[in-house]
Amino acid sequence: MKRIVIDPFTRLEGHGRIDIFLDDDGNVANAYLRVPEFRGFEKFCEGRPVEELPRITPRICGVCPSAHHMASAKAVDAVFHVDPPSAAKKVRELYYSAHMCHSHIAHFYALAAPDFVLGPTADPAERNLLGLIAKVGLETGTEVIKHRAYAQDIQAVIGGKATHSVCGLPGGVSKAVTEDERRDFEEKSKSMVEFGKLSLKIFDDVVLKNKEYVDLVVSDMYTMKSYYMGLVDASNKVNFYEGDVRVVDSDGKEFAKFKPANYLDYVAEHVEPWTYLKFPFLKSIGWKGLVEGKDSGVYRVAPLARLNAADGMATPLAQAEYERMYQTLGGRPVHHTLAMHWARLIETQYAAERMVELCQDPEITDPNVRTIPTATPDEGVGIIEAPRGTLIHHYQTDEHGMTKKVNLIVATGNNNAAMCMSIKKVAQALIQKGKEATEGMLNMIEMAYRAYDPCIACATHSLPGQLPLEVVIYDAKGKEVKRLSQYLS
Amino acid sequence: MAKLKLAIYWSASCGGCDVAILDIKEKILQVAEIADIVFWPIALDFKRHHVEAMEDKSIDVCLFNGAVRTSEQEEMAELLRAKTKTMVAFGSCAHLGGIPGLSNFSNRAQAFERAYVEAQSCDNPDKVFPQTITNVAEGELELPEWWDTVKALNQVVDVEYYIPGCPPTVPIISQVVDALAAGQLPPVGTVFGSDKALCEECPRTKGEKKIDKIYRPHEIIPDPEKCLLEQGIICMGPATRGGCDAQCIKANMPCRGCFGPTPGVTDQGAKMVSAVASILGLENEKDLPAERVEELMDQIKDPAGTFYRFALPTAMINRKRM
Ligand code: SF4
Ligand code: SF4
Ligand SMILES: [Fe+2]
Repeated sequence: MKRIVIDPFTRLEGHGRIDIFLDDDGNVANAYLRVPEFRGFEKFCEGRPVEELPRITPRICGVCPSAHHMASAKAVDAVFHVDPPSAAKKVRELYYSAHMCHSHIAHFYALAAPDFVLGPTADPAERNLLGLIAKVGLETGTEVIKHRAYAQDIQAVIGGKATHSVCGLPGGVSKAVTEDERRDFEEKSKSMVEFGKLSLKIFDDVVLKNKEYVDLVVSDMYTMKSYYMGLVDASNKVNFYEGDVRVVDSDGKEFAKFKPANYLDYVAEHVEPWTYLKFPFLKSIGWKGLVEGKDSGVYRVAPLARLNAADGMATPLAQAEYERMYQTLGGRPVHHTLAMHWARLIETQYAAERMVELCQDPEITDPNVRTIPTATPDEGVGIIEAPRGTLIHHYQTDEHGMTKKVNLIVATGNNNAAMCMSIKKVAQALIQKGKEATEGMLNMIEMAYRAYDPCIACATHSLPGQLPLEVVIYDAKGKEVKRLSQYLS
Repeated sequence: MAKLKLAIYWSASCGGCDVAILDIKEKILQVAEIADIVFWPIALDFKRHHVEAMEDKSIDVCLFNGAVRTSEQEEMAELLRAKTKTMVAFGSCAHLGGIPGLSNFSNRAQAFERAYVEAQSCDNPDKVFPQTITNVAEGELELPEWWDTVKALNQVVDVEYYIPGCPPTVPIISQVVDALAAGQLPPVGTVFGSDKALCEECPRTKGEKKIDKIYRPHEIIPDPEKCLLEQGIICMGPATRGGCDAQCIKANMPCRGCFGPTPGVTDQGAKMVSAVASILGLENEKDLPAERVEELMDQIKDPAGTFYRFALPTAMINRKRM
């Protein structure tokens, strides 16, 4: 049996890899996506005062620290049974919308767009952000860098630091937004709305107007039926910060809708000995292994899943584009993994529009941003939508608020099974008996998991924009017969 | 001047330190002017075997972020040390052990039990744990082994300089880049940042530090102009090296000490204990009834996890291997 190792992050340094096994005929027998690192936060958070966890758990991942900060802040609100003032919730949502913009922009321009603008099988030396800028023009490149920085600035002002922010604590946020800050945020947010439109136009010009790419998006190898999960507001619109968790089946029918506090009734996790990342699944259906369809408890999260799990977007420009996407791709739900990119841009548009709304809300500068908790702390769950999907923090404390138990289900973890399956599907379609594995082929396998924007267990440390890939093919005796490598910088 | 050869590496890190390097924006162009980056796993496709093939001491500077907690990471630290003239511990994890260092309160077996069996969402009746070697139908799958103990970089190899912070701030990274560009590095052993305690750069007004009640951050709304400690909120300012521009404090939150101990101090927590004792009026402990001392000290929740938030692996209390 032959083995192909795709080490998407680095070859030996242990930050995530894929092993593809070929059978004796040279067809793909199986694929394993593995996370070789474990962070151990569940244990060492025990014994800490629970209000400190919003300042400890972001170190799970320096790429999406704000997602952990917010999930943790909501979990500690719940532990103390405290409802933050309305202004505090809005400040948090504004901060968090900026984080979404920052993350989605980085992913689309540095990682996803080069595949389409330059072509999935283009020379890896060109298939990167610089190659993209050369193609779409320096002006667009400047806009990308500017708006990513705007999003970082807003997080830094509200959060104290853009990476590992400190603003969230039980009952609210540590400081109010001033009028000067608000004006600055509003300007940046309005600019972000225009940038959102530009991004969607680029996607339209480059992908949707190109039949070859549309065919790729809807092709079988990039299509997988599963359940979809995401947070929704009271009218079932996508929400990143707050709401109920909704799950739809592969026909788009509501399968479950639950309050964050009840997540254990719906989700469970399976453990495999060959990876440090667990496999969440829908509890009522059960773990049936890495298989597709309604009888399997595998579900997906992240942008496309969020849109599939909701009835629409809460802002006008995003809603119009949401409708257009489902019209174009044959109605909700869409099972095409590569449509994740379109969904990501629709979400960026929504986040930007929502930022403007929040900046224009008179309450956003209200100095009352703290409620002092009075109830006895015990237990709480905080769920938010991280850029890469539903993120769950669950804490239990003693009556003094000292942490006793911590349970974490990270965004990319939810997609663990689906990513393994998507990779296998593309590998099976491309790597076949008698066919030479080419770099272009490997990039197309990579595209299957890149669509999920994996931040695997928030532990593999893949930075948006950097995803080195190496594939090594071994013969049955373990001898290296072929080595291909590339990277996107 | 010949271009410097620069290596950037991560081990048990969150990725935030690498983001911090990217956050220096246009300054990165200056880095490109003065240095060739010969190794940077997140960005460049150079592998371990490339480093192995380099001559000893052929890398001028290595910025190493993350703590060390697996044998693989230790090997990489030793390899890079052998190839590098100037080894720099970059960020709190490499400098002091960092937040992952809180792992040293427990061990591997406990951490695995918690995450893979006991966790409320786990459905794992057979107690399956990740294994270093697993035999699947198609062949063997390997995972690196996880240690009981997290170490700072200088507990594994010799280190010339330290860049504090979780993550290091843009001005400090810029300062290091400028020092490299000018070829003017400070004496070996230097920790970049300020020579003074954070309190000295803190903009809040300070009066007499005497309190008898301690509040947790969520329990009161602090006056944004006044010293946090004087308002009863535990802030690591007196025991922490300055240089971060009081970022957390300006956001109205207390310092948690990510810049590490003040100059000349090795044990940040011990320094904080004496600072707190004096604020609580305990320096003349002998004159106070024992119950009163206990009552006062009891108000501090989780002193070890707070005073050593970023520095447990390098503290006196954690010298011993578990
Ligand atoms: S020092 Fe902080 S930012 Fe750097 S790797 Fe450690 S936890 Fe992440
Ligand atoms: S205030 Fe303290 S915890 Fe915050 S960045 Fe500065 S040294 Fe680190
Ligand atoms: Fe992450």
